[in-house]
Amino acid sequence: MRKLVLAAALTLPMLAAPALAQDTLKIGYIDPLSGGGASVGEIGLKTFQLLADEVNAKGGIQGQKLEIVPLDNKTNPQESLIQLQKAIDSGIRYVTQGNGSAVAAALSDAVAKHNSRNPGKEVLFFNYAAVDPILTNEKCNYWHFRWDANSDIKMQALTSYMKDKKDIKKVYLINQDYSFGQSVRTQARKMLGEKRSDVEIVGDELHPLLKITDFAPYIAKIKASGADTVITGNWGQDFALLLKAAADAGLKVNWFTYYAGGTGGPTAIKQTGLDHQVFQVSEGVANGGAPGAIEVEKVLRAKYDISNFYPRAFNQIRMLVAAADKAKSTDPVKVAAALEGLEFDVLNGGKGFMRKDDHQFFQPIYISSFGSLADKSMFDDEHTGWGWKVEAKVDTPDTMVDTTCKMKRP
Amino acid sequence: MSEPVTASAPRTTRADALRFYGLWIAGATLLLVLPLVFSSGGSLTTFSLIGISIIFALSYNILLGQTGLLSFGHAVYYGIGGFLAIHGMNAIAGHEWPIPLPFVPLIGGLAGLIFSIILGWVSTERAGTVFAMISLGVGELVASSALILRSFFGGEAGVTANRTDLPAFFGLTFGPQIQIYYLIAAWVLISTIAMYALTRTPLGRVCNAVRDNPERVQFIGYNPHVVRYLAFCFAGFFAGIAGALAAINFEIANSAYLGLVQSGVVLFATFIGGVAYFFGPILGAIFVTYLQLGLTDLTAVWQLYFGIIFIGMVMFAPGGLAGLIMMHRPLARGGTLHMLLPAYLIAAVPTLALAGGVILVIETVSRYIVHADASTMVNLFGIPFDTSQPVTWVIALVLTVGGFFVARMTWRGIAAAWDRAATAARDKGHLA
Amino acid sequence: MLELIVISTLNGVLFGMLLFLLSSGLTIIFSMLGVLNFAHASFYMLGAFFGFQLTRWIGFWPALIIAPLLVGAIGMAVERYGLRNTHKHGHVAELLLTFGLAYIIEEIVQLIWGKGPMDYRVPAILDFPAFTIFSTNYPAYKMFMLLISVAIFIGLLVVLKRTRVGLIVQAALTHPHMVGHLGHNVGQVFMLVFGVGTALAAIAGVIAGPALVTQSDMAMLLGPILFVVVVVGGLGSLSGAFIASLLIGLVQTFAVSMNGSLASLFGPLDPSIGPSLLTDVWNVTIAQIAPIIPYLLLVLILIVRPMGLMGTRET
Repeated sequence: MRKLVLAAALTLPMLAAPALAQDTLKIGYIDPLSGGGASVGEIGLKTFQLLADEVNAKGGIQGQKLEIVPLDNKTNPQESLIQLQKAIDSGIRYVTQGNGSAVAAALSDAVAKHNSRNPGKEVLFFNYAAVDPILTNEKCNYWHFRWDANSDIKMQALTSYMKDKKDIKKVYLINQDYSFGQSVRTQARKMLGEKRSDVEIVGDELHPLLKITDFAPYIAKIKASGADTVITGNWGQDFALLLKAAADAGLKVNWFTYYAGGTGGPTAIKQTGLDHQVFQVSEGVANGGAPGAIEVEKVLRAKYDISNFYPRAFNQIRMLVAAADKAKSTDPVKVAAALEGLEFDVLNGGKGFMRKDDHQFFQPIYISSFGSLADKSMFDDEHTGWGWKVEAKVDTPDTMVDTTCKMKRP
Repeated sequence: MSEPVTASAPRTTRADALRFYGLWIAGATLLLVLPLVFSSGGSLTTFSLIGISIIFALSYNILLGQTGLLSFGHAVYYGIGGFLAIHGMNAIAGHEWPIPLPFVPLIGGLAGLIFSIILGWVSTERAGTVFAMISLGVGELVASSALILRSFFGGEAGVTANRTDLPAFFGLTFGPQIQIYYLIAAWVLISTIAMYALTRTPLGRVCNAVRDNPERVQFIGYNPHVVRYLAFCFAGFFAGIAGALAAINFEIANSAYLGLVQSGVVLFATFIGGVAYFFGPILGAIFVTYLQLGLTDLTAVWQLYFGIIFIGMVMFAPGGLAGLIMMHRPLARGGTLHMLLPAYLIAAVPTLALAGGVILVIETVSRYIVHADASTMVNLFGIPFDTSQPVTWVIALVLTVGGFFVARMTWRGIAAAWDRAATAARDKGHLA
Repeated sequence: MLELIVISTLNGVLFGMLLFLLSSGLTIIFSMLGVLNFAHASFYMLGAFFGFQLTRWIGFWPALIIAPLLVGAIGMAVERYGLRNTHKHGHVAELLLTFGLAYIIEEIVQLIWGKGPMDYRVPAILDFPAFTIFSTNYPAYKMFMLLISVAIFIGLLVVLKRTRVGLIVQAALTHPHMVGHLGHNVGQVFMLVFGVGTALAAIAGVIAGPALVTQSDMAMLLGPILFVVVVVGGLGSLSGAFIASLLIGLVQTFAVSMNGSLASLFGPLDPSIGPSLLTDVWNVTIAQIAPIIPYLLLVLILIVRPMGLMGTRET
């Protein structure tokens, strides 16, 4: 019996670690490409591939060609670690991930352990969308850089905007039952309490992540509470279905969201007929008017028929190039040092910087609403005829939040 | 295929004993030298995962193959073992207890055992469909509860630990993967020997009897419920060890360890390997883990191939890989195996063509519909195909349809050759 | 509060009736063939996707008829070429065949339609609020779904009570072997039953698709719940499946609308106690544990009454 095992093992090609090709810089894209979160993961992949094309058209990074290596993690931390190991074994020194803070936490932890055990083979982890504040606070580490505003920063911006909206009286919180959703609900309670103590929080709901097919019972609850505003961090199908159920029940409230712009979101909003009543807090939309943003929006739409959901991916890759130029090297250790404190003109206009204390990127934050477009030249989303309109801009200094990070530097 | 799990004849002769121990020693040597041959980090990770999977699949086969219990929730005990191991590692590091890492899997094993003792009695009250459904229910229950009991299971993010914080063991820090590989390899050897020994005990034999005919077991004075319960506890113990090893390898335990997917994978591995022989799950674990790691790189629709292989096994080779191999044993002993060779070779050509055709069809559809923007080139057995070209579609269809009809004829040839070889072997007195 | 109860009851009954459309087929198939069809929810998903595609091509109403027929035909093919060949290897092999089939169907659906949710709309003619109750609209389409499921339920009853095939099926529910010995257990009846069962699931898929989500993971989300229904109701009992469907539908809907926790019942714990298992259990709301309630019910029922609520035989 063992002979068979031997024979099998010998003939099976192993997960080969090919010799490090010096002329390519590979970024491992560890995100869901199958299963429930795949629709989101594929958009991110296309965005990064477009960026790689852009970088390569300009001669690459320090003469090296940029290549995005898709690695399917099925939104599962354990699977992500296998993919990370695979990436490391094939000589990849940069990984990026965005979907799921649980995954990001696992990756950040694993990257830190790997780097401490394998000096000279350090790996950098670029986080483009996992927004759990813990990653740049209690669990911060030197090898993790985050380009998305974490959920505290977004809530800071959102509540600053809501502060002056006197028609908001009763707020309902509905979030996914996991670390990010919980942090949204906690911060909303805290920051609303500080800025608008007169606002009543009439409901605070946590529902299972990506498992609800019919939100009608939840909507009935919101309706019964008499809320005029809902704050939700829901993304993906959890957002689209939530709004769909709201439309069916005829619930008319203002929606303050983190991810209304995700796949299926705009369609769902259009179906509900909530004209400029769904708000999103983000690092900007193409309709904000920044020339660079309009440019990439056009390219993405023409090439993949998707809108630019990840302006931060552009900031991330372009800053990687800038940092490599500054360090005159693509060695992760040198790039990491060059990234610290690096200032950068962000895609949607304005200045941003990578804070040295916690490796959190700070940038102007925009509140935009989705609805009918005054100007025909503006972009609509998902062929609905509706698009995003900027309602307010919160500039970089006003988005700053404190960090508890005590970073151990190499 | 009719040979049951443990029904090999008692080993009396010296030669038999030598061969028996030789196999184990060969196995141990193999585990020892593998990383010397394949030393890349990727191979070590692959071997480590295969090792964990082997223990897990063997533990599952205590239920499915040996006691006839189809479980859809075996991952519960694997996961519990993983979580307890992580918490154990953190506690050891925090309190500076003098317990080195190689003993941590025992914590997982005991955790799995304790949980099986608690949950097993009600689970094993009945066999068959009721058992399968209870295991499904318990599995979903525990997996969902893991997301609610955050302080222990750590919610979605899970719980992490640092294995290098534990006291060193004869100078080993267990940072590098190679040390983890040897740790896992040692446990694979220990667990495999233990589980094999279990099949040779009276309990192992009574388990087989409970699987085959619970009523008669009752008549001879054993309570089938108790027997199933004991088997369940042993299975839980070894699943816990596997879970702990996984936790050591990844240094994280999260709710996915406990879930239905994990239970499904171990079922696949065990069944594909073959439940009727002790070594079946070992083959299955190697094959399935390797597919999981390798196929994901090659194709976006790897799960589809996975499903097709599984269904093919269920329909055409329910004995699994082990069953297929052991079918040939009487022929090999009778020295008539060579009579099959020509038929196999003839059948191989159209069968491969059929497989190639199916792959080409799937990949074409996949690239054409799902990844319209991705590269349209498919590399099949070293031959590049452009899936956007109609000529490729024609080739795919011809290979699939033509391959199927020709292959079916050649399969009949195999059956005929098989009959001849079997008859010849029987004439020599080698077929029961 | 009253508003919440009325709406939740309606939603619960609706979800329960959908579950019954699926569990009735599953139950009949199990009774006759002795196979617990793991892929049953996958046929429901196929129904939804076929419905979506056919709606695009020829409209919703023809799709409502054609999609279930197509799915039923696929179901019959599965019985004829898959299950029948596997039968000789025993029930475990048959169960595993359907298990693998569920995998394959999901993958094929992903291959063809991708992984995102489909834009499967409610037909315009039914896209209006049926009535307004305490200022909450109840969509007409949901009333339509309710109507269809009730109609099928009645149709099923009539077929079972009044036709010859129904007689055989009914007999098979209680005395499968006897029916076999009487010579009725021929392949055609098996194939037909499997076809009808999967077609019923497909009808549920076509009508539920626009109201819920039409996505490639819909089978995996619903599948386990379905087993809970048939096992709680009693394997092989149609009336049990009916009761369990409604029970689970209502329990899940109502649990979601309840905020109660041990903390709200007995007051919060002393804040000096740090986060522990106790605080987890203490603070969790009924709404949060809604998804695990069916499984809790399943385990409890199987421990107390292994044949299920209305079941008469164990396996």
